[in-house]
Amino acid sequence: MRQMLRTGAAWTALGLAGSAALAPAATAQEANLVINDEIEIVTRAPAPEHMEYMSEVVSGWEYRSPETQALQMDDFENPGMIGVDNARADFETAMGPDGQSCASCHDSPEALEGVRAVYPKWDEAKGEVQTLEMQVNECVTERAGAEPWDYTGDRMTEMVALISSVSRGMPVDVAIDGPAQETWEKGKEIYYTRYGQLELACANCHEDNYDNMIRADHLSQGQINGFPTYRLKNGALNAVHDRFKGCVRDTRAETFAPGSPEFVALELYVASRGNGLSVEGPSVRN
Amino acid sequence: MAENVTPRVRVPKEAAAGEVITIKTLISHPMESGQRKDKEGNLIPRSIINRFTCTFNGETVIDVAMEPAISTNPYFEFQAKVPESGTFTFTWIDDDGSTYEDTKEIAVA
Repeated sequence: MRQMLRTGAAWTALGLAGSAALAPAATAQEANLVINDEIEIVTRAPAPEHMEYMSEVVSGWEYRSPETQALQMDDFENPGMIGVDNARADFETAMGPDGQSCASCHDSPEALEGVRAVYPKWDEAKGEVQTLEMQVNECVTERAGAEPWDYTGDRMTEMVALISSVSRGMPVDVAIDGPAQETWEKGKEIYYTRYGQLELACANCHEDNYDNMIRADHLSQGQINGFPTYRLKNGALNAVHDRFKGCVRDTRAETFAPGSPEFVALELYVASRGNGLSVEGPSVRN
Repeated sequence: MAENVTPRVRVPKEAAAGEVITIKTLISHPMESGQRKDKEGNLIPRSIINRFTCTFNGETVIDVAMEPAISTNPYFEFQAKVPESGTFTFTWIDDDGSTYEDTKEIAVA
């Protein structure tokens, strides 16, 4: 009943023609995602304990067409891997006054295996939750003494895609307790807050109506385990905060800025909703 | 001069004599069509790869004339019959005169 009421409210808010707007879609495709015939990806997992209204979490990969799904199953076909290759070269690029590169400290990208799975993460020294982008910029500015990279710029997104690619197959496992809890609570509040002229919360689409069609779009659970994501829509790797921005904009609201404390909190909360799914980035979506 | 141009090729390492194999190639390149304008309204000059060839032991397998409508990071997938062990040579020719080349060995059992 709770869900019925919410859904009803969402329709009213959208001002769309009743049930035609949110019709049930073909159920998400149950198939196995294995990348390069070797990396097994968990695309369905029991919902983490903190989620009150859902029993299972599902990767966005399952909601895409077989053609789009296939693109992610082979690195040669995955256009996001071009960005990963660029970042691999960038990993060795000297920055700042002392000519330091990522490789000066981290040897190879493979040394960062497992990092993606636990971010965003509490940073004791900074006293705040840091996203992977913030951590990269901390390295770039404080360690290498270079100018910070644009938070959602190509260079940053490609680097995050590289760091993500070496953790593919590992379960997402962000910590939500201890010092991170306050930020997590804030993120949760944002997730359930209705924004914009359409008065839509993240939950209205991605919790109450996932697997339904919102006009021509098949709604997923809005999981972020596959970010950065190569979208066929714009033919580029997309950073998670850019995606958040797109969603909030679609509610006809003023959005938070990428890298803002609000989006950092939201990223931590949404990432925690995918605890148990595999790291997939760079994934391919439409 | 286009930046970050990297050819990528996938060819099976071995095949039976006379077998038809599938070859996949991709090259990262902006393929600027010459039709677009920048923020100031100036035409962005055309910069594309205008020809792609593949040879096997010196014999032409495929030779493609490429046009501005082809999208960024052009991808070609095609098939070839392999009579003997040898080398596939892939060549991409840029508008600016540069050529990008990759080679792959294949062993016929």
